[in-house]
Amino acid sequence: MICKKIVLHFPHRLVDQPIVYKLVKEFDLQFNILKASVTPQEEGLMVLELSGKKENYAKGMEYLQSCGVKVQPLSQDVSRNEEKCTNCGVCVPICPTEALYVDTKSRKILFDAKKCIACELCVKICPPRAMEVRF
Amino acid sequence: MKTIKEINEKIKKGEAVVVTAEEVIELVEKKGLKKAAQEVDVVTTGTFGPMCSSGAYFNIGHSRPRIKLGGGVCKFNDVSLYTGLAAVDAYLGATAVPDDDPRNKIFPGEFKYGGGHVIHELVAGKDVRLEASAYGTDCYPRKRLETYINIKDLNEAVLFNIRNCYQNYNVAVNLSDKTIYTYMGMLKPQLGNANYCSAGQLSPLLKDPDYKTIGIGTKIFLGGGVGFVAWQGTQHNPIVKRKDNGVPAAPAGTIAVIGDLKQMKPEWLLGTSMLGYGVTLTVGIGVPIPVLSEEIIKCAAAKDEEIFTQIVDYSEAYPQMVSKPLGEVNYAQLKTGKIIVQGKKVPTGNLSSYSRAREIANELKSWIKKGDFLLTEPVAPLPDAESGYTCKPLKERPIDYKEI
Repeated sequence: MICKKIVLHFPHRLVDQPIVYKLVKEFDLQFNILKASVTPQEEGLMVLELSGKKENYAKGMEYLQSCGVKVQPLSQDVSRNEEKCTNCGVCVPICPTEALYVDTKSRKILFDAKKCIACELCVKICPPRAMEVRF
Repeated sequence: MKTIKEINEKIKKGEAVVVTAEEVIELVEKKGLKKAAQEVDVVTTGTFGPMCSSGAYFNIGHSRPRIKLGGGVCKFNDVSLYTGLAAVDAYLGATAVPDDDPRNKIFPGEFKYGGGHVIHELVAGKDVRLEASAYGTDCYPRKRLETYINIKDLNEAVLFNIRNCYQNYNVAVNLSDKTIYTYMGMLKPQLGNANYCSAGQLSPLLKDPDYKTIGIGTKIFLGGGVGFVAWQGTQHNPIVKRKDNGVPAAPAGTIAVIGDLKQMKPEWLLGTSMLGYGVTLTVGIGVPIPVLSEEIIKCAAAKDEEIFTQIVDYSEAYPQMVSKPLGEVNYAQLKTGKIIVQGKKVPTGNLSSYSRAREIANELKSWIKKGDFLLTEPVAPLPDAESGYTCKPLKERPIDYKEI
């Protein structure tokens, strides 16, 4: 079994295609949609947690790429600007997955990118705006 | 016991014993009050949090021909300054936002840039765009001015914050059914989170609860440089309920602080954006407490477990000015990351950076140990709990327009 969080970028021509349906039907993959949006330029963006058998997962990825969907691992997308972060901690109770948490000794705020589901709640509420998103 | 003069002699010789407000806790536990009071000369405190009543005044120097900003308009990077002063003096408030900022028109507003950010950029040595317009007089004929300015070229750039460094603060929660956006951060509905804003056992005024050593004229760490306590801050309210150890269990004393902005550092004066609320300035302050008696070190050694504050509902009680706290917690409980409010476990978040407060206390300690920073005797005390000084609500009186 494999379980990964990925960001899919759909070009304009694919926005109305049932791509995720095929991942389920043909590759027996399970998905959990964490975020989905279509921009004014009609490019689609979807953040998925995708799980299934390793070989099916690989085939699914091949299928996505063959359609022209750009796939990125999620962890690259929300990052913290270490220079801007003041380690206050107002983000900690807002983060739904405890990806942001307090180190009890140093009282610094740590960010575990692996746990981040890119909900972006922290981005706008961060007082020095240290959390940055790039899709 | 000791006097400030004696402590300063030791500082000059490099012999002063200086500990932070965290270190003093362990030291007193280990050695007892009497011995600790004899050994320790200075306890350093620190805090780094958003402090809204902050700002800076400037004298930009006279242009050729002269312009009178007073009565006119002056903006730094599109943020308006207060110009109701002499020709080329102006005051920039931390919470000012550019005229074209959408504010809360699209709720919650993002408030990406404002006075606090301009102050940060000036301190960082960046050029700032000045735009001014004036009505013109015989002695000040110029009506428009557009130029880049840099802090190093200004005659004066002085940080003057009329209320900073709150002695204790509320824990903010939301009892309503919808998310609210406050100066205490985003508060999720039905006690979704509890936000607090204090360095607790490191916070300056919590470690000198009766203002026995901190007074007008006290030299402090301000924004990475040296500043002074100028006055009690606005809303100074020493009469709030206090615990047996004398520590207020609600927002109480405040200080007004002043210092030369040119010698401050950008990492300790930070433009800050509160979603749906506005902009402000996060300020770093550290105050040295001279250990003049056992009583003073006893107060300075108060720990998180012994410092309590009140929990306040920001959906109803706070905006409606109803004093109805939901309970009390101490800072040790807040720091565990969870508190119980109305039987519910609520996750906590701090708006004030404890790790940066610790850095300030250590920085100030190293300044004193190196002999670079001598202590000052206050020239006048801050009003204390017995002074009768209070913070009153506004008494509104209807205006009779017929009489005008």
